[in-house]
Amino acid sequence: MAKTYEPIATLAGTGASSIIFSSIPGTFTDLVLVMNGTASSDTNVFVELNGDTSNNYSVTAMTGDGSSASSYRNANYAALQSLFGYFGTAGGMVLGHFMSYANAAINKVVLARYNYVSNLTLAGVGLWRSNSAITSIKVKTSNSATFPTSTKFTLYGIKAA
Amino acid sequence: MSPLAPLGVFAFPGISGGDFESIATVTVGAGGASVASFPSIPSTFKHLQIRFVARSTNSDNMDNLFINLNSDSSSNYSFHYLLGDGSSVGSGAGASQTKVVTGRITSGTAASNAFGAGIIDIADYASTNKNKTLKNLTGVDLNGAGNIWLWSAGWFNTSAISSITIAAASGTNFAQHTQFALYGIKG
Repeated sequence: MAKTYEPIATLAGTGASSIIFSSIPGTFTDLVLVMNGTASSDTNVFVELNGDTSNNYSVTAMTGDGSSASSYRNANYAALQSLFGYFGTAGGMVLGHFMSYANAAINKVVLARYNYVSNLTLAGVGLWRSNSAITSIKVKTSNSATFPTSTKFTLYGIKAA
Repeated sequence: MSPLAPLGVFAFPGISGGDFESIATVTVGAGGASVASFPSIPSTFKHLQIRFVARSTNSDNMDNLFINLNSDSSSNYSFHYLLGDGSSVGSGAGASQTKVVTGRITSGTAASNAFGAGIIDIADYASTNKNKTLKNLTGVDLNGAGNIWLWSAGWFNTSAISSITIAAASGTNFAQHTQFALYGIKG
């Protein structure tokens, strides 16, 4: 029987500043990306969809750092920024839910929960102003930081009836 | 097509197998739908999850969701939330409610093709010896507006959840392409 919640692919960091899931099948309803690990140095983590580097992304998020809670927003950005959080050598994880990712009638919404061991928890929502089905997801650092081989990225597909 | 589809009632194509199973999905067609209903939920799972993208037809850019369990419209619900609106965080609560207020969606004046989304978890839904707890990660981003919410809600009733009805808080219809997908998690 077909599985409802199915792993699509797992990637490990390669010592480069990005990884990319390509040729994502359009047969699921939602995608879930689990990222767990570190970066070689402090960096924001950005997400690009389908190679789109135009200003078609925006995010609304809230964070708690142990002393205060805050909320921020960005608009017309060239990637989903400040949704997948910040990584460094201490370690963290993020779960990103790409909702109805293959629906050609709606813009794409991404829900994220991010946790960094040394300083931050985050919940956020991102928007990619495109109706295109998501066929590739690139996760990259915002600077020269890299992802070591111990950092893992797993993409799952969830199939609704 | 199901004859009940215009009302947003689920289609039940069968079980997929495994520990995380799709139970039913409501997809709103061109005519819109006043509610999304999941009747006759089997009691064979441990937990439930509802994953949604949704938009209402209200004359505003955002809307909330109401959830009703087992057709209970008495004052047996409560909720708490933490929200971020892009500039500040806030919190709120409600007690003795007649339905669960949860979920953030877009509405009629939002940019076309913009939808809100959420993931609702209902723990131990079939238990008959405890009240029911729901949690929701939900949000809307409209490229310069929107908010992100963490909701928790309680249903003060020890009955197993056998039906779920979802509606827009504004009382307007869900727009076409709105989708609610119900999953069962075995334990």
